[in-house]
Amino acid sequence: MEWETVIGLEVHVQLSTKSKLFSGSSIKFGAEPNTQASIFDLALPGTLPVFNKEALAKAVKFGVAIGAEISKRSVFDRKNYFYPDLPKGYQVTQLDYPTVGKGELAVTMDDGNERVIGITRAHMEEDAGKSLHEDYQGMSGIDLNRAGTPLLEIVSEPDLRTAREAVAFLKKLHSIIRYLDISDAIMAEGSMRCDANVSIRPVGETEYGTRTEIKNINSFRFVEKAINYEVQRQQGVLEDGGRIVQETRLYDADKDETRPMRSKEVANDYRYFPEPDLLPIVIDDEYIEAIRAQLPEMPDAKKARFIEEYSLSDYDAGVLVSSREIAEYFEVVASQSGDAKLAANWVSQDLMGLLNKSNLDISKSPVQAERLAMLVTRIKDNTISGKIAKTVFETMVEDSSSVDEIIAKKGLKQVTDSGEIEKIVDEVITNNPEQAQQYRDGKEQVIGFLVGQAMKLSKGKANPAAVNELLRKKLA
Amino acid sequence: MISSTVAELSIALKAGDISSVELTQAYLNRIAQYNGDLNAFITVCEESALEQAKAADAARAKGDTSLLLGIPLAHKDIFCTQGITTTCGSRMLENFISPYNATVVEKFSNAGVVMLGKTNMDEFAMGSSNETSFFGPVKNPWNNECVPGGSSGGSSAAVAADLCAMATGTDTGGSIRQPAAFCGITGLKPSYGRVSRWGMIAFASSLDQAGPICKSAEDAALMLNVMAGLDEKDSTSIDKPVEDYTASLGNSLEGLKIGIPKQHFAEGLSSEVEQAIRDALKEYEKMGAIIKEIDLPNSHLSVPAYYVIAPAEASANLSRYDGVRYGYRCENPVDLEDMYKRTRSEGFGEEVKRRIMIGTYALSAGFYDAYYRKAQKIRRLIKNDFSNALKEVDVIIGPTSPHTAFKLGSKSDPVSMYLEDIYTIAVNLAGLPAISIPAGSANGLPIGMHIVAGDFEEAKILNVAHQFQKLTDWHRQKPSQISGKEV
Repeated sequence: MEWETVIGLEVHVQLSTKSKLFSGSSIKFGAEPNTQASIFDLALPGTLPVFNKEALAKAVKFGVAIGAEISKRSVFDRKNYFYPDLPKGYQVTQLDYPTVGKGELAVTMDDGNERVIGITRAHMEEDAGKSLHEDYQGMSGIDLNRAGTPLLEIVSEPDLRTAREAVAFLKKLHSIIRYLDISDAIMAEGSMRCDANVSIRPVGETEYGTRTEIKNINSFRFVEKAINYEVQRQQGVLEDGGRIVQETRLYDADKDETRPMRSKEVANDYRYFPEPDLLPIVIDDEYIEAIRAQLPEMPDAKKARFIEEYSLSDYDAGVLVSSREIAEYFEVVASQSGDAKLAANWVSQDLMGLLNKSNLDISKSPVQAERLAMLVTRIKDNTISGKIAKTVFETMVEDSSSVDEIIAKKGLKQVTDSGEIEKIVDEVITNNPEQAQQYRDGKEQVIGFLVGQAMKLSKGKANPAAVNELLRKKLA
Repeated sequence: MISSTVAELSIALKAGDISSVELTQAYLNRIAQYNGDLNAFITVCEESALEQAKAADAARAKGDTSLLLGIPLAHKDIFCTQGITTTCGSRMLENFISPYNATVVEKFSNAGVVMLGKTNMDEFAMGSSNETSFFGPVKNPWNNECVPGGSSGGSSAAVAADLCAMATGTDTGGSIRQPAAFCGITGLKPSYGRVSRWGMIAFASSLDQAGPICKSAEDAALMLNVMAGLDEKDSTSIDKPVEDYTASLGNSLEGLKIGIPKQHFAEGLSSEVEQAIRDALKEYEKMGAIIKEIDLPNSHLSVPAYYVIAPAEASANLSRYDGVRYGYRCENPVDLEDMYKRTRSEGFGEEVKRRIMIGTYALSAGFYDAYYRKAQKIRRLIKNDFSNALKEVDVIIGPTSPHTAFKLGSKSDPVSMYLEDIYTIAVNLAGLPAISIPAGSANGLPIGMHIVAGDFEEAKILNVAHQFQKLTDWHRQKPSQISGKEV
């Protein structure tokens, strides 16, 4: 039987506010356990929440960016369950009146086609603390630094059909969140987390199959692997005549499998009710418009502009706008060097290759935009050839000297002096009489071989155009 | 001197007739003499009280003229007090020492008030008799076989027995007003949002409100002047300027329209309480007020609605008492589940557990619409009843409680206990201010009169109460003996 996969994602991003959602504690990553937990975060008797409006601004910014409905009145609710890293015994979240309502996201899939994926809602809520089960001799440690960190939970419609689509959607979402600068959105640090609702159905069927929810997926790669595993598992169950149980499953990256959570980990009745310690959040059009006015140029608009303004290919522009930082880097290189096409090639190929190889974020790039711009400038003004530039670029990774210093130090300056070039050309003709004759006999393409020999002889420093011109003249 | 009002003590201290140290010592002596019988205090802070008194006297010598400077007060043990045990009347918090002060505590401290200690209360403020306290029941100073009312029973008994000049209380369904009525003193529940709830241990967040428990309406005004105001730490506190609540205490009541809810003079009201209130209304008529019967058609729904909303909120508010971070933890738990179950089974008393169960049930999947949502609708109807009535009249007056203080142990059925607050609960659901003042007595027990007005009309209520106290001396009456000891 042919199966169709149906996927919806629930994505939690930590909003990069200065303090927690309802207290003044810092939310910095990596602090000593329980050093960022105030008396409210510890849920001491008598303490009360005070809503952090910075979180609201970031949530609304996301909503406006995806063209979603923004609620003029949103309400916090209590979600009740007991767990040691949930100090109040309830999580404050938004159930019936989320701040961000329906919206949509256009995603370019692997096949190059764009698909519009529905966003059901996005609501604010507080994160829980962390339970640490190792190193305490049969006891558990509780770290409440993360407790109360503001989260935006973004829920997609079940519009995704393959694991690859889910990854493309998630990457697009990640890019938008980074463009908006509302979260660090680093999956490995947990500032972006993804749960996947997965079901399958026979192709052509319109009803959804029974879904399972996969939790604990903490990288883009694992999103794909976890979904693919789960789809295979569900197919196996159904094809063996079994039934899918609606349940929450954990993804285990080490074993590359999903398994059901213990029933104790799944609370079934959260007894939601409106949080009486907080007033509803009321905003007006003026507030929303003020946020809209702060929106940066978003990736789709930027891509269109790159194609238009810099005459880039659709593909190149797509690569360059994949993150706000890469796009900004590219624009510095393009404007300072004055050659957008060359800048695009260098950023999307050499720089990205370097960063991928060394697993570095562009903000940590050993080659800053200004230096790459200088390198491109030196190619453009014929100081060095494109090929020599690769050598210079490799040196730049290790050596923080200026581009010109590296060229000078290594003696890589292109030979443009006609006397010197003439000497090289003469030597090539002398050393390759057979090929020289073939050219004279009208075999045009041999010129490439002869230029190559000249470049080799000059160790790449000769200006290939000048070599080409002089060879033709001498063999005419 | 110890039976004086705060207003009188303020004058005496200012005149130098007495020092704060002398006054504080007098109350401490009184506590030593009577608290063993009354059980009004859970914690007495003798040493720190005398230090604060000394500091107050020194400040006065340097020219500090704060009205409440050096006057001894007791805090209900629901307010967090830094460095001092804050039990909320529960085994769960028997040894909980708060690392911070409630805003109310902070405000009195800044006003130079001396804190004598922490008063007994129904566990987590859940009760109308002070019998649910883990620390044992409080006795009514007027008759030690009777309850003082609850949940602010310790504060009320302490004020009535002159163990302090004034006390704080909290009122979720009548917890200031009903014990004030039973103990023959004055107790004000301000409008919801008027006094900060920061540091006040939550029972039902949308209903809880702190207020003064004292010996006169004028004292209540002086105390509210200190307590009221916006607090950034409590999002439900209201950004509305605080008036001087003593400023309108001289206003005439000529032409004041008083509404008498017919539902509060119906079946269930004892004849002696009814007579006392009707007599009090005659006093108002003498002052030129006009009495008018009004209708609060949804009155009968207030107790049922309250016993859904309050327990629902409480069921979540009390989830934090899980034995993980502070408070009681059971011995040798075998696992997490066992720790939760035994900690909460052993740490909470019966009434608290009953309300957690009721609240959990009311919020459960499938029951939410029938209980919680419906109760919220009723709450709006009740609020509308008051709004409509208050378009026609300035204040609403009736009995605070259907009868005088009842005998300890006489109400074993929870529902009959819940019906104790039948006249007071609707006011919490509507968020309105209300006061109870003494207005008579029967069989040696005080009778309380309930005065309600519109949102943030505390000044009006206080003046209506004050004018009555100028004409009568019910608020001046004292038990002739406490626990068999002559006073």
